[in-house]
Amino acid sequence: MKKLIAIILTLICYNLQAQVTTLTAGQPAPDFNLKNVDNKDISFASFSDAKGYLLVFTCNTCPVSKAYEQRIIDLNNKFASAGYPVIAVNPNDPDASRGDSFEKMQDLAKSKKYPFPYLYDNGQTITNLYGARNTPHLFIVSKTDKGNMIVYTGAIDNDPEETNGSATKYAEQVISALIKGEKPSLTSTKAIGCTVKRRAR
Amino acid sequence: MKIPIARICILTIFIISLNDVSMGQEVSLISIDQMNKRIADGKDTTYVINFWATWCLPCVKELPHFEKLNTEGSQVKVKVLLVSVDYLSKLNEAVIPYVKSRKLKSEVFLLNEKDQQQYIDRIDKNWSGTIPATLFIKKDQRKFEEKEFTYGELLFVIHSIK
Repeated sequence: MKKLIAIILTLICYNLQAQVTTLTAGQPAPDFNLKNVDNKDISFASFSDAKGYLLVFTCNTCPVSKAYEQRIIDLNNKFASAGYPVIAVNPNDPDASRGDSFEKMQDLAKSKKYPFPYLYDNGQTITNLYGARNTPHLFIVSKTDKGNMIVYTGAIDNDPEETNGSATKYAEQVISALIKGEKPSLTSTKAIGCTVKRRAR
Repeated sequence: MKIPIARICILTIFIISLNDVSMGQEVSLISIDQMNKRIADGKDTTYVINFWATWCLPCVKELPHFEKLNTEGSQVKVKVLLVSVDYLSKLNEAVIPYVKSRKLKSEVFLLNEKDQQQYIDRIDKNWSGTIPATLFIKKDQRKFEEKEFTYGELLFVIHSIK
């Protein structure tokens, strides 16, 4: 009997793991209103001159995110003035990942002098809406007549360790195409990354 | 005379422990082709292939559950392969020291593939690349899960594909 209960419990818990559906290129990019590390709320509309956005789900704790910290700063420095600013969102639940608390986020943004917002997603609402699955997970958004549309999801480049001199810089390729008014040929990539830390239910 | 005996004891223990370390688990490189061949040769064995990395906290947290599969008696013939997706440059620096310090009993490999765009899809189309992830294969049955497992859940999946 005990064994049966254990099996049933396992079954229930097993199915509780929500299947996250990731938004893909061609779908509208849902707007949001999230608290930045400076306590001000940020949404797409906060950047009135923007032509699009590099919305990146990244965190304090994941080694892959850490490896990309400087590259995300560089992307903002390179493309914000061209109308494509970085907006970073921490998708991890701070109860599931203590190093990702709002205070720790403030510390990181300060120490790295983040030139972009680093947003706290209370309740992981926006994380789940976009279906962010790993960190860092990039969504490139283009402002169009039809509203904000996703044009690319996936990795920043194919060189996490920065050892490959001839790396393919996916994010730069996509943004460069957008700046030229072209439709980006690359719409999605995959990369090894950390799981988004979800609250235990 | 007491002191030298104590010294000898300490020295002996030291040598034994050194010996233990040197006999620790090796880590081989494996390509996806090699992995597929290994599975194809396995016939009635249920392969549990866990993709992990030394830097991934949830991965190393669940490794003991996979280790336990090696020691627990089961009606199902199970073979655990721990396939690290650590970078090749971390083999001697991180993976081998980790495997030795934890005295892992399972077979441990480092995935010898360079292009994540190719190998993630070759392992499973539904894999986003997030780790931990685990592939269960028995003959033509396969199940891929991108999640952290409890021991009970591992047994559940293994028995569900027998």
